[in-house]
Amino acid sequence: MEGQWYDAEAGPLVRPYAMTGGRTKPGPHGVRFDLIALVVVDPDGGEGAVGAAGSPLGPEHRALLGLCRSETQSVAELAAEADLPVGVVRVLLGDLLEAGHVKVSRPVPPAQLPDERILREVIEGLRAL
Amino acid sequence: MGLHDNGTDGPVAGTGAGADGDDEELAALALKILVAGGFGVGKTTLVGSVSEIRPLRTEEALSRAGELVDDTEGVDQKTTTTVAMDFGRITIRSGLSLYLFGTPGQDRFWFMWDELSQGALGAVVLADTRRLEDCFPAVDYFEHRRIPFVVAVNCFTEARHHGAHEVSRALDLDQGTPVVLCDARDRDSGKEVLIRLVEYAGRVHTARLLESVEPQAGPV
Repeated sequence: MEGQWYDAEAGPLVRPYAMTGGRTKPGPHGVRFDLIALVVVDPDGGEGAVGAAGSPLGPEHRALLGLCRSETQSVAELAAEADLPVGVVRVLLGDLLEAGHVKVSRPVPPAQLPDERILREVIEGLRAL
Repeated sequence: MGLHDNGTDGPVAGTGAGADGDDEELAALALKILVAGGFGVGKTTLVGSVSEIRPLRTEEALSRAGELVDDTEGVDQKTTTTVAMDFGRITIRSGLSLYLFGTPGQDRFWFMWDELSQGALGAVVLADTRRLEDCFPAVDYFEHRRIPFVVAVNCFTEARHHGAHEVSRALDLDQGTPVVLCDARDRDSGKEVLIRLVEYAGRVHTARLLESVEPQAGPV
């Protein structure tokens, strides 16, 4: 980034939602992925670079797939690593989900909590760090 | 408080909770903890000191901001202002991770908190005793939404040190809300804050479970 006359303050040079064709919400499924929803590449998903509507996957779609392939990632991590706004990542993930390329875990519903055993495990895990 | 849940019929139904490793990837469980507090109080530092990944910043483009900030009717303003959020990860074991989110400090991004706090296990409110009032909004927010939180007083070296209960009184905290003194730069200190929070969140949820179960429990 050195030597550039603009910086982060200047805002993005490509308006983010251009990458989603102007869509701000994921496709027909209408799911809003939580920031910590985990994204896994669907092993049964087609290897082809084709989206649900038969349209080719964009470079950002492929970048996200590549990141998921290396390890299971949360939506937030994907956004940070792909350097894309979370809203954009949600739309792109919606496409990938629809085309069967990925599976997305549902986060724990609000007002529910993992059982005590899990919490104890977390506490012990933190102590052991 | 004395409820002993043996874990077989815990509050989470059907998540699988990753207890058996059969379908590990899909049963993977992620928990969310928020780190809130005033500007410059050390949120990023705290996230960084306990996280196993270098603090990543994720940016949220605000397509809804126009609705919330402007009163101008009829102007479909899709602003691309971004809100930066720090976050970090702690892997407890394969299939169980803790995610930390530093909440955006500016007031105009309050609505982001609603999304962040959805399903959160709890929150850490970082406080600086020199500017205690900076953490009032966060304390209010979590109290109103009944999200378990601990107040962690970041002990800046140059600051006068106050006792935990002095801080508790000054913030007029509900009884039981833990106040922990910490050094956000120190990993062990940060870990201790998180441990206190998870313990407290567990107690709060157990108490609420009792509250919600008791009325219909016995054939009175």
